[in-house]
Amino acid sequence: MDEPIVKYKDVHKSFGDIEVLKGIDLDIQPAEKVALIGPSGSGKTTIIRMLMTLEEPTMGVIDVGGRNLWQMEKKGEWVRADDSHLHSIRGDIGMVFQHFNLFPHMTILENCMLAPVLVKNESKKEVKATSVEMLEKVGLGDKIDLYPAQLSGGQKQRVAMARALMMRPKVMLFDEVTSALDPELVGEVLEVIRDLAKEGEMAMILVTHEMDFALDIADRVVFLNDGVIEEEGHPEDILVNPKSERLQDFLSRFTVNR
Amino acid sequence: MGSLPDIFSTLMQGLKVTLLVLVLSIICSTIIALVAGLSRVSTNRLVTGVTGFYVEIFRGTSLIVQLFWFSYALPGLFNIHLGSDIWVAVLAISLNYGAYMSEIVRGSIQAVPAGQTEASIALNLSKFQRMRHIIIPQAVRMMLPEYGNYLIQILKATSLVSLIGLTDLLYYGNIYRSTHLSDSPTVYLLLLVMYFVIALPLIAFTKKMESMSKKGVALG
Repeated sequence: MDEPIVKYKDVHKSFGDIEVLKGIDLDIQPAEKVALIGPSGSGKTTIIRMLMTLEEPTMGVIDVGGRNLWQMEKKGEWVRADDSHLHSIRGDIGMVFQHFNLFPHMTILENCMLAPVLVKNESKKEVKATSVEMLEKVGLGDKIDLYPAQLSGGQKQRVAMARALMMRPKVMLFDEVTSALDPELVGEVLEVIRDLAKEGEMAMILVTHEMDFALDIADRVVFLNDGVIEEEGHPEDILVNPKSERLQDFLSRFTVNR
Repeated sequence: MGSLPDIFSTLMQGLKVTLLVLVLSIICSTIIALVAGLSRVSTNRLVTGVTGFYVEIFRGTSLIVQLFWFSYALPGLFNIHLGSDIWVAVLAISLNYGAYMSEIVRGSIQAVPAGQTEASIALNLSKFQRMRHIIIPQAVRMMLPEYGNYLIQILKATSLVSLIGLTDLLYYGNIYRSTHLSDSPTVYLLLLVMYFVIALPLIAFTKKMESMSKKGVALG
């Protein structure tokens, strides 16, 4: 096996007095597709938000590509990471949000172009060409000059994916990306993710309630319950033949078609 | 008995001062509001503390008293002279309205949904780039309508500067009235109309800003 691209080592996270994550150990291999499932409040989203540097762990270590994300070495001591340390690692991670979070004052083309131009200093002309290509890939090539408010939820989420892909991350995080969508729009978004998964080279961590989808595209499913990893393994084993009572109980609320 | 053209031409002598104080105050208070508003959302405790103190002091005391303070008390007490009366007036009005308007700046910045900041962190934008490209442009759209309202209020506040001896519209109105007491109604009616006419472009600006601000703002 390769060196993992992401490593969680005994990671804890508390919000006030409430401990949301109670010691997470999790390795993500390059190009691996991992689905995080579990009841709401189990800490799934917090796990990926810490990797995106949106939440800081209370305890434990997260490594990205062998580098400690939240601590840095300074004069021989480990200290809290500063902005430039986070900035230097964050480029490997991308994220798609439940509520899209597109920039409403920019067209969808500008949404895609902003970060590569500002952060990577790539030429505007080239970025524009790749942005158009990327938007065509998610089926929105004819909408590049529209504003987010003019799109449906499914279209917005596809733009959000194109925007995140423009930064060519090594790990892409999906935070319940279909939960805010009308049921009839879920399919088009999952289709795009499925295509991305097939392309292969990018690792993906998906927080999802779409069990069929997890079964279909994930290499591994991780079941989180009450702040700990209760069970993990091959999608078939987890979703079709669950061992723990809690997972059986959780899955009984979904119909897995297989 | 004075005629309407007589009254009008007397009042017109004050127009220049009123407009000058108005324009300079708008420029200065806008700059103060932006600086103070941004300072109040800073993560530096000292910066937020000092600006918070400034805002509360200037919101909590009356503009007339501030005008008198700058004009008479500061020179008398500390021998500080702030320059010509025009600048004293502009400074007092700008500090006062800058304090109010900084609250709109702060409020609008804080009203930009947290998801916008999160998305820009996820795209690895720097703190400055987040402010410059994501937060401020959206905050400005939200603050514009109320900003327009304050411009109209500044215009009305300029009428106080006659109290420290500036020769504005109201000053000439009072001068004229003191020698032509029977013309009082005409003088003040004309003054109302003149202030309203000056306010018209500001009102139009506010309306325009309201319609503009509805475009391109995140809904939730």
